[in-house]
Amino acid sequence: MTTQSKSITLHLGVLAVLAVFFFVLPAYHVGAFSRIMVLAIYAIGFNLLFGYTGLLSLGHAMFFAAGMYGFGLSVNLGGLPVIPAFAIAVATAGLLAVGAGYLALRTIGVAFMIVTLMFAQTVYLVILYFGEYTRGDEGFIVQQAQRSIAGIDLTSETARYATAFILFALCFLVMARLVQSPFGKRLVAIRENEERARMLGYDVGRLKLQALVVSGTVAGVAGAAYALLFGYVGASFAAVHYSIFPLLWVLLGGAGTTIGPLIGVMFMFYLIDFSSGLTNAYMLVAGVALVLITLFAPHGLAGVLRKKVFKWLP
Amino acid sequence: MDFGPHLMLASIEGAVISAILVLTAMGLSIVFGVMRVVNVAHGEFFMLGAVLAWAVTVTIGGHPALGFVAALAIVPVLVGCIAAGVDRLILKRINYDVDRTIVATIGVLYIVQQSTLMLYGPEARPVEAPFNTRLALPWVELGENGFQMIWPWGLSVTSYKLFVIFAAIAVLGVLWLVLTRTKVGLIMRATQQDRDMAQAFGVPVAQVYSWVFGLGAGLAALGAVLVVPIQQAHYLMGGDPLLLAFIVVIIGGLGSLPGTVIAAVLIGMSDGIISVFFSPTLAKIIATLLVALVLVFRPQGLMGRIAV
Repeated sequence: MTTQSKSITLHLGVLAVLAVFFFVLPAYHVGAFSRIMVLAIYAIGFNLLFGYTGLLSLGHAMFFAAGMYGFGLSVNLGGLPVIPAFAIAVATAGLLAVGAGYLALRTIGVAFMIVTLMFAQTVYLVILYFGEYTRGDEGFIVQQAQRSIAGIDLTSETARYATAFILFALCFLVMARLVQSPFGKRLVAIRENEERARMLGYDVGRLKLQALVVSGTVAGVAGAAYALLFGYVGASFAAVHYSIFPLLWVLLGGAGTTIGPLIGVMFMFYLIDFSSGLTNAYMLVAGVALVLITLFAPHGLAGVLRKKVFKWLP
Repeated sequence: MDFGPHLMLASIEGAVISAILVLTAMGLSIVFGVMRVVNVAHGEFFMLGAVLAWAVTVTIGGHPALGFVAALAIVPVLVGCIAAGVDRLILKRINYDVDRTIVATIGVLYIVQQSTLMLYGPEARPVEAPFNTRLALPWVELGENGFQMIWPWGLSVTSYKLFVIFAAIAVLGVLWLVLTRTKVGLIMRATQQDRDMAQAFGVPVAQVYSWVFGLGAGLAALGAVLVVPIQQAHYLMGGDPLLLAFIVVIIGGLGSLPGTVIAAVLIGMSDGIISVFFSPTLAKIIATLLVALVLVFRPQGLMGRIAV
């Protein structure tokens, strides 16, 4: 098999396994996987910027929150149906990414991380400041009646899994295609050697901005999907934790691999699920995981696979 | 109270905030300057300082001053040792790679914070100040017969707060002497300027790094010991100092110590004054956004070099 067909088989295989999970897993895990797939969309978005372009943003929660609040507020305050609200949510995240990217990309390295962190903190504080509409930390519920498309209630376990699956599959396949395209290759070139990419005549600034906008928009899709499927919108999703999580997932799963984000989210989700049964200090596990990854597996689980077994892993 | 006395009160609050902030930010700045490491766990060392100060005072008991002096002596050293351990165990092994140290220190942040939650619990606990007399402050007002001193009701400061301000100044003075006038300072500056060259001249760079990382954390812990009699010890208290210290270090210019001091006074004073007169959330929004924009348009800060 050629690399290309191997890659297609792998991606369709992953999706097939996820589809089968719905029928074989017990109800609790089906619910868990709906959540994992939505969060994996977020991680996929983050991965394009961090894993492929080599830009570490510590403020991706702002895009997730933009999608989430864009959706939640358009439904709750604007009274819009699901599809236009979803479109507004994604557009909000995209526009925020254009603005934030335009400013933040003027900096590099540590400064970029801190600037994105601060922008996200600003978004978080703005959400708290307008507590009258956003209900601040407490958050608000998107009513069940408002969460249906063309009469299909999206709150049932089946519809929820199906929606999460469709959205995930879409982002997963598009992203897999994107990183193989000339655009994706250019981003990798920037990651590997920005100077050289610039010297070869690529408009590095523009490519970085494009990567950030796509990345932020995908994060917005995840945020909107979260509000749609789980019906809760809260400021905690805009806090620093939610900017750190995608980094953790992507690092754990393997930065710069297409299946890494899903693996990372899955692994972390069940690790926290397991440890929160033992202690209320479950973030301890996240901390230990981060330190161990940086020490022993800087390329993540998929990175180890790529090195040891499948050299062709996209 | 009139505007004038109110402003004076706000300035004193601001000066106390500045005093704590300057110590915390100095720790962060020294670590960044010498080691080129962004220590995201810095706020947790601050928190650890406060929590350990509580533990020491409770263990010793007796007069509050006794426990406080003990905490002042023991806690920064203890936290410094923990930080040096982190440096040896983790940072050294990943070779101070910029991205990976950030990720690793985020991990350390959670480990320290959550371990504290497990061992110390979610409560906020106070530490009694060693002395706490209330001093009324005078205010000058233009009266019928020229300027006269009045003593407006409510315009007062506790002796402890004044002590904090002077203690911070004293610590800064000592730090400055150590950095500029001693061999230890010379070695640190040599390492900062050129790590490889320093190594070639026989400076034990690895040890210097551990010491510097410990010193940075110790300064944060010292600030925390000073602050616990004013603000209670809590396992989540590290977040705000971290953010503020970052802001200060950036505004001051990454790696520039004089810049850090100036920025800490600037930020601390304005934080104190703004939050007396305006909504604290709005003040934070404006401050955060401004700092981000400073970094975007003037990456070298007030004094300093371009961030790398």
